[in-house]
Amino acid sequence: MTAPANTAALAEVQELPEAEAAKAVRDSRPLRLITCGSVDDGKSTLIGRLLWDTKAVKEDQAAALSRDSGKQNDLGLPDFALLLDGLQAEREQGITIDVAYRYFSTDRRSFIVADTPGHEQYTRNMATGASTADLAVLLVDARAGLLEQTRRHATIASLMGIKQFVLAVNKFDLVSYDKSVFDRISHEFKELALSLGVRQITAIPMSALKGENVVYGAGTIMPWYDGPTLVQALELATIRTATAGGFRLPVQRVSRPGESFRGYQGTVAGGSIKPGDSVAILPSGMVANVKQIVTFDLVRNAAVAGDAITLVLDRQVDVSRGDMIVSLDGQPMTGLGFDAQLVALQPGGIEPGKRYWLKAGSRRQRVVVQPVSQLELSSGKWKPHAETLAMNAIGKVRLSFDEQAIFDAYEQNRATGAFILIDPDTNNTVAGGMVTAKRSDLGGIHREGERVLLSLPADLAEELMASEAFAARRDDVDIRRISGQRSNEIFETLE
Amino acid sequence: MHKHTSEFDPHLKDPVTKPPLDPHLKALENEAIHIFREVAAEFENPVMLYSIGKDSSVLLHLARKAFFPGRVPFPLLHIDTGWKFPEMIAFRDEMAERFDLDLVVYTNPRGQEEGIGPFSHGSAYHTDVMKTEALRQALDAGKYDAAFGGARRDEEASRAKERIYSFRTPDHKWDPRNQRPELWNIYNGNIRRGESVRAFPLSNWTEVDIWRYIQAENIPLPPLYYAKNRKFVERDGMLMWAEDPRFQPLQGEQIQEGMLRFRTLGCWPLTGGIRSTATTLDEVIAELEIATVSERQGRAIDRDQAGSMEKKKREGYF
Repeated sequence: MTAPANTAALAEVQELPEAEAAKAVRDSRPLRLITCGSVDDGKSTLIGRLLWDTKAVKEDQAAALSRDSGKQNDLGLPDFALLLDGLQAEREQGITIDVAYRYFSTDRRSFIVADTPGHEQYTRNMATGASTADLAVLLVDARAGLLEQTRRHATIASLMGIKQFVLAVNKFDLVSYDKSVFDRISHEFKELALSLGVRQITAIPMSALKGENVVYGAGTIMPWYDGPTLVQALELATIRTATAGGFRLPVQRVSRPGESFRGYQGTVAGGSIKPGDSVAILPSGMVANVKQIVTFDLVRNAAVAGDAITLVLDRQVDVSRGDMIVSLDGQPMTGLGFDAQLVALQPGGIEPGKRYWLKAGSRRQRVVVQPVSQLELSSGKWKPHAETLAMNAIGKVRLSFDEQAIFDAYEQNRATGAFILIDPDTNNTVAGGMVTAKRSDLGGIHREGERVLLSLPADLAEELMASEAFAARRDDVDIRRISGQRSNEIFETLE
Repeated sequence: MHKHTSEFDPHLKDPVTKPPLDPHLKALENEAIHIFREVAAEFENPVMLYSIGKDSSVLLHLARKAFFPGRVPFPLLHIDTGWKFPEMIAFRDEMAERFDLDLVVYTNPRGQEEGIGPFSHGSAYHTDVMKTEALRQALDAGKYDAAFGGARRDEEASRAKERIYSFRTPDHKWDPRNQRPELWNIYNGNIRRGESVRAFPLSNWTEVDIWRYIQAENIPLPPLYYAKNRKFVERDGMLMWAEDPRFQPLQGEQIQEGMLRFRTLGCWPLTGGIRSTATTLDEVIAELEIATVSERQGRAIDRDQAGSMEKKKREGYF
């Protein structure tokens, strides 16, 4: 993200002929982003400025704004924060403002902003807004620099899988456009972001109030800054798609309009597929080939992540809602135990041992959650914690299922690695979670220093011994070949 | 066996040659289809609110796409206040026929009995009884546990925080203080008997997206959206359609005739027309784009201002 943003380049961008601009907009899907910061950092002004300068404000809103806005800023422009007035009124009435969605577009791309308040229950609201976001804009007041709040916001955003950060160093006019201030703050932020594993970082000095480096450039007032404006940075941001990994189709419903047709409907959650490909149906493991990809418009010869499709297979197999159709190579993990991280969203928290509903994709099943540790946001450290995870807590947990669960690691695939927990007593959504790994200990028998005596048929033992895991720890294993009779005797003496 | 099953085969063999959707509209379409399928699979008795306007037309088109090659697996519910434009009713019935839809039309029997209308009872009372109360009655009568609506988050500030699955109590109340968090595209469809959700597949669409999609997909719209020679009067700054037998001119009101179209559709006494010559979809969109261009011209002025501001700043700065 190093597009030159001097005034000349900017003018060039804006003066694209109409036809070119129209062509450009067709090249991308909407970018989803989340803005993190508080009212004090000028967040309302920044969002208002974005909507205003991109002409997302409707004529009637604009007219009302200039009429009602007794408060004008020093440029004779309306108070942009008033654009979000509907919600401010709600706030005064004491309604919890959690997440609001806002829309704007440029000639190149459209944007969906998840706008969450910076204070009060920020973890839960940020987690909600960040769950669908490709990019996070973290806002700081240039006079104050990074605060503990910035660190918390960045931690939550990275935890929710956001890999691109934009640091908006706002109110830069109030530090006299001092380059050294920007260098200090952006350096500190880059270190923070890198420590969280985020490598795509853009820091921008701006004044949302004056509209400098938001949509338009800052002219000659910061000759030392040659980076993008906020909107240019957003236009250049990448949208993460899970097209690289294995094919995933969580089955939403089975379409049987008549005897002659049976199709499996869902949205491709990863990879791609074409007719003739072999697939497995999970959890049953049955195998079939793709006969047709049906959509309303035409029979397609391929489908990729994000496409809502209807898949027809070449043979009669048992497939129902909640199953997942996957490629034979690179299958997701299936099992009864998984490790995950989650954010507790409701006042009751997440209770150890309670049976919740877990919904992931189209699959809903019972789960028991055991907290293991909790993230201390101020230090970024995980502390052991086996009790109830209170609202807004971020915890590492173990998930135990009665029936086979199907997941990818969230790092690999957001769509098949994410889940929500539903409290069966209130039916409310009580947690959002991300699977990290399949649990390696089998049924909880793994404890440090303990040993397990297995008695196996010789052929199965041979298979086990041929495995990589076994080979790596060959020295830890004692093996004796004995008769079935002798094995029984030994096990009896143990009881 | 439904008649559609014989329809899908020729359709499959004869792919439509229209150009593919741009990635932006495609993403919105995929999201809407996902929501349709999820609700249809999770709820026992869904219904789609159908108001005959452009958003409803897009919603219907998406529903047909979502369940293809099957038919739309839930009924469409139209709340008829008795004061809709006849062209709306004709269009509604034509769509139901053409697309093999289950259409449920509901009119508030109390309102009908008492002869409630916008002229005799005022627009607010009319709307309250014939629309809001009627909708509650119809949802209760049908025992629907999910209702699709065409609301968009960009419509107004309070909608900006509306969920895609919006929970309703048994008496249809929405509690904005206590909405369920909605993460990723995983929707919580758990409800108790009597409770319901409103589902909004167009949540992330903007007005411009709606028009672009109608154009790209060639979606039929009621003829009221196109200019036609119509009789009207000017009343309270509104151009009111004056061809219904129940229309009574007020004293001094002149019935005029001219090319008129409507930007939104509803009860004709409450829906103002605009003077226009746009008789095709392209022309309607061109008119909208002229509005956009005027905004862009505004943008150019802004840019000039920004330039002069910069200049001023520079002057002040140096």
